[in-house]
Amino acid sequence: MSLDYRQPDLYLITAAFLLACGLFGLVRRRTLIGMLIAGELVFSAAALNFVAVNRFFVSDPTVGQVFVLFVMGLAAAEIALALSIIIGVYRNYRSIGARELSELKG
Amino acid sequence: MNGIPGADRIIQAMFVLALLTTVAGAVWAVATRRIIRSVCGLALCCVGLAGLYYFLESPFLALMEILIYIGAICVTLVFAVMLAEPDELPPAENRRAAWGWGTVAALLSGLLFAGLVWLTREHPWPTAPNRIRLGTLHDIGVALLGRYGFAFELISVVLVVAILGALLVARYGRTRP
Repeated sequence: MSLDYRQPDLYLITAAFLLACGLFGLVRRRTLIGMLIAGELVFSAAALNFVAVNRFFVSDPTVGQVFVLFVMGLAAAEIALALSIIIGVYRNYRSIGARELSELKG
Repeated sequence: MNGIPGADRIIQAMFVLALLTTVAGAVWAVATRRIIRSVCGLALCCVGLAGLYYFLESPFLALMEILIYIGAICVTLVFAVMLAEPDELPPAENRRAAWGWGTVAALLSGLLFAGLVWLTREHPWPTAPNRIRLGTLHDIGVALLGRYGFAFELISVVLVVAILGALLVARYGRTRP
C-alpha cells in the first residue's frame, strides 16, 4: 500500500483506527470525562469517513462538508451538556468515576 | 504546483505528517492515565485531522475543525477538568479484573479495526464520478442557506437549547447541598 493522498484507502483506514481507539477508550476509561473524549474520537472518525467518501465517490462535494459541519455543531452541543452534567455529578458525589454512579435520584 | 523543486515530496511529507499526528493523538488520548494529557491528545488528533481535511480538498472544514474542536471543545474540557478535579484515579481494586477489561477492550477494538480494514481493502469501490461543483466556500454557503436551510436553523435551535440546558443543570447542581 503506497502512501498516496489521492486514494481513499488511507483516509478510510485512519477513520477505522480512530473508531477503534474511541471504542477502546469507551470500554477502558473509568472516568466520565475520559469516556467523553473517547466519544469525541468516534465523532471525528465519522466525520473523516464522510469527507473521504464525499471527496472520492460523490459528484457533489458540498454535501459531505455541510453534513460534517452539522456533526461538529452537534458534537459541541453534546459536549456542553455532558460537561455540565458531569460537573453536577461531581458536586453531588465528589467523584466522576463511572463506577460511583450507582444510585438513581441522587 | 511545479514551481518549487521537489514540491511533490514536500506535499507527500506533509500528508504523512498529518496522518501520523492523527494516529499519535488518538493513541495518546486513550492510552494515558491523566485526563489532562488525554485532552492534549485529543487536540493533537484534531490538528492532524485538520491537515487530512485539507488534503481532502475542504480547507473550510480544516479551519472549522481547529476552531470548534480545539478552540471550543478542548478548552471546555480543560475547564471541566479544572472544576471537577479528576485526579489520578485510585488503583483498581482488583488488578486482575482491570487487566481483563483492558484485554477485552483491546480485543474488541482490534477486531473492529481489522474488520473495517479488510472491508476497505476488499470492497470494489466505484470509480470517481465527474464533479458537478468544486465545493468551494461559496458553494457551501449557498447550500447552507438554500438546500439545507431548515437543518441549519434546527442546529441553531439545538445549540441554544444545549446552552440553556447546560446553564440550568450546572446552576441546579450548585444550589443543592
